[in-house]
Amino acid sequence: MLARLFRGGTREIFDFPGGIHPPEHKSESNTTPILPGPLPSQLILPLNMHIGAPARPLVQVGDKVLKGQHLAEGNGAVSAPVHAPTSGTVVAIGPRPIQHPSGMDAPCLVLEPDGEDRWGDRAPLDDPFALSPGELLERIAEAGIVGLGGAGFPTSVKVSLGDHQRVRELIINGVECEPFITADDRLMRERAADIVQGIQVLQYLLNPERTLLGIEDNKPEAAAALRAAAVGADIDVRVVPTKYPSGGEKQLIQLLTGKEVGSGGLPIQVGVVCQNVGTAYALKRALFDGEPLISRITTVTGDAVARPGNYEILLGTPVAELLQHAGVDQTRLQRLVLGGPMMGFTLHNPAIPLVKTSNCLIAASTDLLPEPEPEQACIRCGACADACPASLLPQQLYWYAKNDDLERAQQQNLMDCIECGACAYVCPSHIPLVQYYRYAKGEIRIQAAERAKADRARERFEARQARVEKEQAEKEARRRARQQANRAPAPAGDNATALKQTSLDASKAYKAAVKAAKEAETRDDPDLARYQAEVEKRKTAADRAKAAVRDAGKAAPPSTDAHPKAEADLKKQVADASAAYKSALREAKAALAEEREDAATLQSRAETLKAEADRLKATLRDARAGQPASAPTAAPDPVEELKKAVAEASSAYKAAVKATKEAEQNEADDVARLRAEADRLKAKADELKQQLRDAKAAAPATPKTAPPPPAAAASPTPTEPASGGGQESESDEEAAKRQKRLNALKTAYKMAHKQYKEAHSALDRARRDGAVDLAAMEARVEKLKAKADHTRDALDALMDETKASLLAHTGKDLKTLKLDAARAETALRDKSDELKRLRDTADEDTLKRLTSELGTLEHDAHLARRALKQALEEHGLAEE
Amino acid sequence: MALINASSPHARGPVDTGMVMRQVIYATLPGLAILTLLFGIGTLLNVIWAILVALLCEAAMLRARGRPVALYLRDGSAVVTAVLLALALPPTAPWWLTFIGVAFAIIVAKQLYGGLGMNPFNPAMVGYVLLLISFPVAMTNWVGGAPYRTPYVLESVLQFLGHGPLDGLSGATPLDTFRTFAGNADALDRMIVLHGRWAGLGWEWVNLAFLLGGVYLLFRRVIGWHIPLAFLAGLAVPALIAWQIDPLRYADPLFHLFSGGTMLGAFFIATDPVSAATSSRGRLIYGVLIGILIWVIRTYGGYPDAVAFSVLLLNLAAPFIDYYTRPRTYGHERAKRGAGS
Ligand code: SF4
Ligand code: SF4
Repeated sequence: MLARLFRGGTREIFDFPGGIHPPEHKSESNTTPILPGPLPSQLILPLNMHIGAPARPLVQVGDKVLKGQHLAEGNGAVSAPVHAPTSGTVVAIGPRPIQHPSGMDAPCLVLEPDGEDRWGDRAPLDDPFALSPGELLERIAEAGIVGLGGAGFPTSVKVSLGDHQRVRELIINGVECEPFITADDRLMRERAADIVQGIQVLQYLLNPERTLLGIEDNKPEAAAALRAAAVGADIDVRVVPTKYPSGGEKQLIQLLTGKEVGSGGLPIQVGVVCQNVGTAYALKRALFDGEPLISRITTVTGDAVARPGNYEILLGTPVAELLQHAGVDQTRLQRLVLGGPMMGFTLHNPAIPLVKTSNCLIAASTDLLPEPEPEQACIRCGACADACPASLLPQQLYWYAKNDDLERAQQQNLMDCIECGACAYVCPSHIPLVQYYRYAKGEIRIQAAERAKADRARERFEARQARVEKEQAEKEARRRARQQANRAPAPAGDNATALKQTSLDASKAYKAAVKAAKEAETRDDPDLARYQAEVEKRKTAADRAKAAVRDAGKAAPPSTDAHPKAEADLKKQVADASAAYKSALREAKAALAEEREDAATLQSRAETLKAEADRLKATLRDARAGQPASAPTAAPDPVEELKKAVAEASSAYKAAVKATKEAEQNEADDVARLRAEADRLKAKADELKQQLRDAKAAAPATPKTAPPPPAAAASPTPTEPASGGGQESESDEEAAKRQKRLNALKTAYKMAHKQYKEAHSALDRARRDGAVDLAAMEARVEKLKAKADHTRDALDALMDETKASLLAHTGKDLKTLKLDAARAETALRDKSDELKRLRDTADEDTLKRLTSELGTLEHDAHLARRALKQALEEHGLAEE
Repeated sequence: MALINASSPHARGPVDTGMVMRQVIYATLPGLAILTLLFGIGTLLNVIWAILVALLCEAAMLRARGRPVALYLRDGSAVVTAVLLALALPPTAPWWLTFIGVAFAIIVAKQLYGGLGMNPFNPAMVGYVLLLISFPVAMTNWVGGAPYRTPYVLESVLQFLGHGPLDGLSGATPLDTFRTFAGNADALDRMIVLHGRWAGLGWEWVNLAFLLGGVYLLFRRVIGWHIPLAFLAGLAVPALIAWQIDPLRYADPLFHLFSGGTMLGAFFIATDPVSAATSSRGRLIYGVLIGILIWVIRTYGGYPDAVAFSVLLLNLAAPFIDYYTRPRTYGHERAKRGAGS
């Protein structure tokens, strides 16, 4: 394996792909010993200096506290307490600006030192190894120790193992690969023995097979000091070549063991625990000396400070005071970075405090860290891919992130990006790649959260739906039993058994589909959507079968209907379907009004039901058209048809009302149902009346002339002519392009807006902090605002254009489109049914004709579907 | 106090697209010098003229597309395209030939595809092939070089202005000559043009000069070694095998390496990042295939040189190569490869 290098004879070091060698800038700060930090006039202690839940304050404003005293206790499983860095008075508990990328304020304790620096109780341990691991862990947690190298994860949590976890390698990170930072370097040089003691505690807790301490070869003094201190201890000090980001947890594991942590996994899953040298030092102080974590070493460097170096600062020291202490030159200070130059954050407000994770403060002029240069086109040079330690393709990720193609970005493992910035560092076109990735990752997280929410809502909805159905079915069964007891078997009885069987089968299939979908969900199947669609389909089928059973059951003998039974069934189905649609619509509306979470689901359900109703209606119309008895002319006049339907509907309604009244008088127990039935019939009649009115209005002045062509009457097809396929695809392409542009613009706008917001809040904070020279900031805010506005305008314009073109393209609005699509689908289905029916009987010509008709209909349906889809996408856009 | 608010990383590497392009241009200078020395100042005139045309076209297109003209002109990519195309043209090329090629390269092959970074094909080579197909005679008319004398300055200027070919000075390139007489031992022996130190007379120096420039680019890390090395190997290995089999019919590998546009192609043209494959493995495949194609076309095809066609063909295949050479991401079992994902 090429990646295997051998250093110092027997010590094996692996390599990781990519990496960069930026100028180190270490010598500015690593030549002087660690100096004490300032004693500030106020210490600001955020309750959340770590990853996890914020600590809970134990003191009140006005309390006098001693150095090392508990000020706030850890809160929950992953949390860490806060201690007083020196003695003094708690003067405030409340929100203060802290270091956070979003520039938010967060709850803090404010401590005014009394200058005496008086310790409270300390409980040093002579021999920590006499305690049980559990007791030690408790002490570590109480000392507020968190990972000092990176994110600040509570150490006590990180080193408590699960039952089946075994540690093969304990890795101590002394790499410090970011340029400028030398805090660990000085610490290792000056306090190596303490670090070794801390490591021994970790060994006691974790019982690893071996302990490896990684250190970059640009710190020979530190390595020598550690080697000397580690004599007799079971610690293997390994020097790794200087390369950024070898100090990244995953990269260091790879360097020292050759193992990779699985995507989304934790080091312990490959038998590794990583700790920083600073953390080991803090452990030593906490256990052997009884001092909780109240200070840390922070590098102050950059060309805007006169005395760069490493300072042992009290936690909560405001950045401004430390800068002052190091001799800051305000006129040169143009960029203030907390953390390293590769992964740190710029600060706008020097009032924020330094916390447990603050390892470096860079006060730089633009000579040292120049203003970002304008972003140029990506030339696909691949330098970024060569630099990426995670073997990603940054240029592709950038492309996807820029076009808001989050799905593709995820597919290309965006989430495995460690945001090390190596790619952006090498990019010759100055593309702020990491900024794009952060943005895209944020969007992905938001989407995932939303999806989870929607899933929960859907589950709730389905559960309720199932309950309601069950209740209805039970009621129905009771009613039927009663009916059967009262009456002779219904004439439709023979049919009923078959229907019942169908219904049973259908619901069985439905349940199986539900189960399959659930399984798919739990195993994260990418085809989940397909399973869900399947469930929907089965459900509709089952419902329909149930309805059929119901209908068959109550087909009343005194029916005087002249039409054959099939048609009556159909009519009934139509009525049921539209009733179901209406009630679904009502429910959806209510949900919308209450802003319930399941509104969207309900709406889509209503949509499905409507399509179903439409389909059934069309079928009914077809059936009627195909009835020579009821329509002696080849082409029935739709108005006449409708008139008849209206008459039927109203008489049905009247009959229903009468039945209801009777039932009321007899105090029968299905009054409610009958009344609902009557209501439904009335609605149906009303609708038909409305249709009749419409039809009349649409019909030519003299009703007899020019009956509509039979095909149109039987199955309304979309009016769009299926002309010019080439033209179609051309405009398709354009639309795709426009969509792309839209996405890009949207991203641009979101980024611009975010920048503007950040600048704005920075300005606000600066104002509040009484900064004097705001002009430049204001100008920046204005500029960013103008940019955001400009982008917004462009976006709006493009959206309008898209909408206009869509309208021009189809000449229809959304509703018509939906109707068209449903109709086209119906027509298509009918035609294919017809074809199936006639396949064996009809002559060749008819079949040919039917087939070609089917083709046309297919095309129509396709067009309609696509138009609808486009329009829906458009609609989704417009809602934003 | 106005502090810069920026996203990490706060430090930026020294490499800059404009700088990269400038380095490429510097690296062509030895080759340009030798060409001028051997074939007259025609190439030099064409290079200058091509740069002018390219900048004008680029500026006009940027303006038409509503892009910031100054910012994008500064990236220098148009100049590189112009220089490479002009270097590939015969020194006798009249001004209009260069004009058509460069304008087409910049306007159609680059800007109409969306500008720098979006063009699937190497613009210089698109321009070159357009000219080769449209004006085959003008494109194969080389003058000067041994055994002929180098044209005088005035002759070259007249050529550039479009005044006819120079009598007694024009000849075919060694590649052409070899193909014409391949298999005929006597004729091959008589052709002085074929008897340079390692390759065709004169041409070996041109190629050596481009090799020098290429090594400079490698040294400055402007280009990676993958494409040039793979390219040269892809050309030399089949040439070696064939030559071992029948030295009369097939030219020897050195001849291939140091004739025609080999070195210009390997270090300057195939390495154009925009239209090449992006991963290291992909670039090896890309380079090897170009080399092999060049050998095939030179040996069996009907065109004088094959660099342009081979590069364009592989430009076409580059996205495909990229799909199948995606690296395995850290922490993943397998790489996600193939066009689907
Ligand atoms: S380094 Fe920059 S220019 Fe080069 S491929 Fe990556 S993103 Fe594109
Ligand atoms: S920031 Fe992400 S994509 Fe860029 S080099 Fe680091 S890991 Fe790779």
